[in-house]
Amino acid sequence: MKIIAVCGMGIGTSVLLKMNTEKVLRTLGIDADVEAADIGVARGMARDAEIVLTSEELAEEIGDVDAQVIVIDNFFDLDEITEKLTGALE
Amino acid sequence: MTVNLAHDLDAASIRTHAVAADWRAAITLAGDALAAGGVTTDVYTAEMIAAVEKLGPYIVIAPGLAIAHSRPSPAVLRAGLSWVTLETPVSFGHKKNDPVSLIVGLAAPDHDGHLEMMQALAGVLMNTEQLAALKNADSPAEVLALMSTPELTAERKAHS
Repeated sequence: MKIIAVCGMGIGTSVLLKMNTEKVLRTLGIDADVEAADIGVARGMARDAEIVLTSEELAEEIGDVDAQVIVIDNFFDLDEITEKLTGALE
Repeated sequence: MTVNLAHDLDAASIRTHAVAADWRAAITLAGDALAAGGVTTDVYTAEMIAAVEKLGPYIVIAPGLAIAHSRPSPAVLRAGLSWVTLETPVSFGHKKNDPVSLIVGLAAPDHDGHLEMMQALAGVLMNTEQLAALKNADSPAEVLALMSTPELTAERKAHS
């Protein structure tokens, strides 16, 4: 499974989100590749990904893609990431 | 947890009890602090503000916390951080995480060369007690001491 963490620039918030998503996936025992991406390349990368994680503002920018787009409000809240990922994978 | 964020943060790039009228002023403080530490030039400050103008306040990624940054550019001299705590929190226009009291300025010359720094940053920002102590710090020296010595946080809690 491929998951993409998206931010505007690809150096900051998406890297933090990627780290915390990997932490959650390890706890859940789910095997997945998580990649950080900026908004410019995210649409292309979303073509072969199952899930896209991002903030509310950027979710609107990503627009219509096949992958499930999940909005994370607090990038440091592992409970929120766990809950939303689990919900998306069901 | 062996990475120490203080290694990536120059005392010249830390501001405590800073005063900003609005989010632009807050990002400008973070940009000036990056430039003071030799991380970026002033052009980068304008790029960070332009990023928010274009993409919205998505940099407010947790309650009270903004990660001000832009993409790698010639205005970035090296990977590095700045740390600005505000006397009075300001609104960034974020629906859930306003108002912001801590702005972390971030710059990197490429996409992959700063992962250790990001791990150290995530470690500090996710440690609720350490973060609370850091937000209350009164000087750059105190910020660096708290980052370098996690035990200090526990001591302070015991005394408060």
